[in-house]
Amino acid sequence: MNDDLIELYQEVIMEHNRNPRNYGVLANANREASGFNPLCGDKIHLKLHIAADNTITAVMFEGSGCAISIASASLLTEILHRKTVAEAYTLFEQFHELLTGHPSDIPLGKLAVFAGVNAFPARVKCATLAWHTLKAALLNNNVIVSTETGHE
Amino acid sequence: MKTLTDADITRIRSEFPILNTTVKGHPLVYLDNANTSQKPQCVINALKDYYERYNANIYRGLYELSELATAAYEGARLRVAQFLNAKDDCEIIFVKGTTEAINLVAQSYARPLLKPGDEVLITALEHHSNIVPWQLVCEQTGATLRVAPINLQGEVIVEEYEKCLSEKTKIVAMAHISNALGTINPIAKMIAKAHAVGAVTVIDGAQAAPHTAIDVQALNCDFYAFSSHKIYGPTGIGVLYGKKALLDAMPPYQGGGEMIKSVTFEKTTYQDLPLKFEAGTQHIEGVIGLKVALDYVAEIGFEAINHHEHELLLYATQLARQHNLRIIGEAKEKASILSFTVDNIHAHDVGTILNHYGVAVRAGHHCAMPVMEFFQVPATLRASFAFYNTKAEIDILFNALQKVREIFK
Repeated sequence: MNDDLIELYQEVIMEHNRNPRNYGVLANANREASGFNPLCGDKIHLKLHIAADNTITAVMFEGSGCAISIASASLLTEILHRKTVAEAYTLFEQFHELLTGHPSDIPLGKLAVFAGVNAFPARVKCATLAWHTLKAALLNNNVIVSTETGHE
Repeated sequence: MKTLTDADITRIRSEFPILNTTVKGHPLVYLDNANTSQKPQCVINALKDYYERYNANIYRGLYELSELATAAYEGARLRVAQFLNAKDDCEIIFVKGTTEAINLVAQSYARPLLKPGDEVLITALEHHSNIVPWQLVCEQTGATLRVAPINLQGEVIVEEYEKCLSEKTKIVAMAHISNALGTINPIAKMIAKAHAVGAVTVIDGAQAAPHTAIDVQALNCDFYAFSSHKIYGPTGIGVLYGKKALLDAMPPYQGGGEMIKSVTFEKTTYQDLPLKFEAGTQHIEGVIGLKVALDYVAEIGFEAINHHEHELLLYATQLARQHNLRIIGEAKEKASILSFTVDNIHAHDVGTILNHYGVAVRAGHHCAMPVMEFFQVPATLRASFAFYNTKAEIDILFNALQKVREIFK
C-alpha cells in the first residue's frame, strides 16, 4: 500500500474513529461551539467546562464525519483535559503548523499522528475542524465554524 | 443495434488525451462523468483553432475575422437547435450553464408571473440548482414551493406528483435524469400532466443531454436546459431552450451590449430573440467547442452510447451487490450513475483512498442535500460512466474498494 496512505490512516486515527473518546453531551458545560463543513457535511459540537482557574476540566463532543475529523475531535478531547486555556491556544497553533507544512520539533504527543494529513491538502480541513470549533468555544463565539473557507 | 466494439472503445479512448495520464503512478480511471466529462482532442483543437485563426468579437466587426467568428457562433446555434429538435434556432439561448438557464427562467419568466397563492412544483430528487432558484423566486413573489415525493428506489411517485398538481400550479421544474441517483424521470408523461392544469414546464437536462437523444417538440416541454461541459464540450457554456412565444413575452434577464436595438437615456428597445437574452460579449469559443462536441457525440451515436453505458451500469451494479455495497437509487429506469456507500465508512475517506489507486469518483452530497437526507446518509460515493469507460476500469474501482475495507477493517 502507498506510504502516504499508511501515514494518513494510522492505527491511532483508525482506533479513535472506531471508538471516539468523550463522545456525548457534557452536562455542566460553560463553553460550547459548533463546527460544520457544508461541502463535506462534517459536523462537530463541542462542549467544555472551564474552572475558575482557567483550567479545562471537561471536554465532550458529538458529531459525524470522516475518520480524520472524528479522530481529530476525539484526540482533542483527550489532550485538552487539565490544560489551561492558554495552553489550549498554544496547542491550536502548533497543530495548525503541523498540518499546514511547517513540520516542527514541537512535542505534540499523540497529535503527531496527524502529520500525515500534510500530504493530503484536501483533508486538512477535516483535521482542523474540531480545533477551530474549540477556538470558537474558548472565545465564546456564537457562530458556526467552518474550515472550508480556503484559509487553511 | 449499433454497439461499440473493443476496437471502437480503444480508438475513442485514444481521442481523449487526458485518459492517458496517471495519478499516483496508476493509470487514471475517470468515473466522475456526471460531475464533468473529459474532452476529445477535436474539442480541444477547436478552441485552439479559434484563438489561432479567427479570434474576434461576434456581430460587431466589419472584417473577416469577425465574420468567421459570427458564422461559427451562429452555426453552433443551428447545431444545438438540431440536437434538441427545436422548431426555430431563435429558441436557443446561450448561457453559462444549466444553473444560469434555470435562474433565467425563474427571474425572467416566473418572477413577473407569480402571485401569492400560486405554486411552483419540483421533485424530491432535484439538484440544488433546480431548488434554490425557485425558492428565491417564491420568496420574491409570495408563491409557494411544493415538492413531489420519491419512493425508496429513488423514483418520483407519479400518483403523488399528480396530486400536487392543481390550477394553482404555474410552473413545474424537474430533472430529466437525477444527478445523485441516476433515475430517469418519465418526463413526457409528467409534462403532459403539468400542461393539463395549465402549468409551464422547465426541464433540467444537465444529466440527460450526454446520455440520451432529446426532442423538445416531442416532449412538448416549455423550457429545457443543459450544460456543455457534461457533454464533452468546454466549461462555462450551456443552453436554454424555450418556446418562442414564451421567450418573446419575457423581459431580458441581463442588460448590456448586444441585447439592444437602440438605447437612449429615456427608453431602450431590445433585440429580438435570441440576442435579447445574450447581453455582453459571449463565451464564443465555448459555443464553438460545444458544436464540435455535439458532432463528436452524434458520430458515435446515442444508440451505441446508451448500449455501452447501460452494460457498464449493469456490470457495476452486479459487482456492487456482490461486494455488499449499499446502492442508493435503484430506479427501474436509470442512467449510468451508481451511488453507493461502503459499510459505515465515510465517503470522503473512501474517495481519498480510491484516488491513491488512480480512481476518480465523486464523494459528497452531490449538491442534492435533500436526497441525502431522504436516504439518511451524509454523503455517498458516485461512480458515473461515460462511453469511454470500460469494464476493466470498473474492476479497478472494485479492487480499490477492497483496499478501503482492508484499511478500515
